[in-house]
Amino acid sequence: MIGIIDYGLGNLRSIQNMLRRAGTNAVISSDRDVLAKCERLILPGVGHFRYGMERLRERDLVDFLDQRALEARVPLLGICLGAQLLGRHSEEGDTHGLGWIPMNTVAFDKRRLAQGERVPHMSWTDTICKAHPLFKGIAEPRFYYVHSFHFACDHPDDIICEATHGYRFASGVARNNVMGVQFHPEKSHIFGRQLLRNWIMMNFERR
Amino acid sequence: MKRVRVIPVLLLSQKGMVKTKAFSKPHYLGDPINAVKIFNEKMTDELVLLDIEATTKGKIEFNWIEDIVSEAFMPIAYGGGISSVEQCLEIFARGVEKVVINTAAVERPDLISEVAERCGSQAVVVSIDAQRNLWKQWKACIRGAHKQSKYSPAELAVACERLGAGEIMLTSVPREGSFSGYDVDLLQSVTSAVGIPVIAHGGAGKIADFVPAVIEGGASAVAAGSMFVFAARGEGMLINYPNQAELKTRFWDVVAK
Repeated sequence: MIGIIDYGLGNLRSIQNMLRRAGTNAVISSDRDVLAKCERLILPGVGHFRYGMERLRERDLVDFLDQRALEARVPLLGICLGAQLLGRHSEEGDTHGLGWIPMNTVAFDKRRLAQGERVPHMSWTDTICKAHPLFKGIAEPRFYYVHSFHFACDHPDDIICEATHGYRFASGVARNNVMGVQFHPEKSHIFGRQLLRNWIMMNFERR
Repeated sequence: MKRVRVIPVLLLSQKGMVKTKAFSKPHYLGDPINAVKIFNEKMTDELVLLDIEATTKGKIEFNWIEDIVSEAFMPIAYGGGISSVEQCLEIFARGVEKVVINTAAVERPDLISEVAERCGSQAVVVSIDAQRNLWKQWKACIRGAHKQSKYSPAELAVACERLGAGEIMLTSVPREGSFSGYDVDLLQSVTSAVGIPVIAHGGAGKIADFVPAVIEGGASAVAAGSMFVFAARGEGMLINYPNQAELKTRFWDVVAK
């Protein structure tokens, strides 16, 4: 079973619908006992970074997630804000994140945007994907993005895909069993469906 | 390739899908669930659903909305009858990404900041219905364009941006359903006043109409109703949506030049 972590942010139903379309069932829960039984976890989220971290703490999920991701090595996929939370810090609310991936979340540099380009970046955007199993079988990948902040990674090796809005930025990251995507696979038609299917099928070294 | 979102707007009423002309004479078209399924198969960028009866009825059809969106794997915005944060949370819980606020933007503007703080600006679209008054000045209208506010579309857009709206959908009421193209000057008056994305709506009849909305009007996305539900002007219903090649050669590449 896949667990969609409910911490009060984001459109969880859409993710559940898309996973069903991708061929699997998922449970939406904030209950640690329920989530502890899940073989894979999705950390969704839309909204403000600080608010997101506060909600995770309020539900006493931070230590639990540390344990699941780092010790039990459960495959975990962050989506949008949920992916940003995987990093060390965000400029949004000057807040520390879960710190599993060596990256920060920074605001779009508006000086580097072309005329007519606005923030938030709210668009279907062609995505340049590395040869990573998450993107297997996806031709001409395009995904739906909506965000005002983006990842800034320490190590290029952690980056699995990039997109351009004014300038090129990392839009997907992966380190061992932990992955995150800035876009919304659950709202990205066949492209997102295939990505989720790939993620479900990916094998990881378990402990 | 730089993509610009192309968004069908579907009007709901009496548990069916309808189409209007200049906001009047709703004409029954069919079942919105089927229409959404077809738009999904055509890999539409995004959909806007507007229940044009909800404000008058004072009721939001949550279960029906959930049925309509459950098979839509694209972003969905819903508008109609929204006046409280609780209603917005319920709409999001049913599988919708964005709420569209029109009447409440004038009658209860704090709703915008309340929803934006709770769910983020990207979840709040303010829909501004623009109509000219007797002195030919553009005014933002509410309650299905039955009531004129004191604000110009640009004034209302600026106020809503300040409150935390993430997007403005600007509709020209006289052009709605007319197939005569967007009102580019009206668009320009709003896009030059705000920093957030503006969706052009009202008047599109063909792909070529999208181009001036972006180049001269400054729109970040284009929306249309009639164009995507009728085979052609004056003809019968046919759910349609341009394919990627058409959009690329006749819209995105032209805009990029």
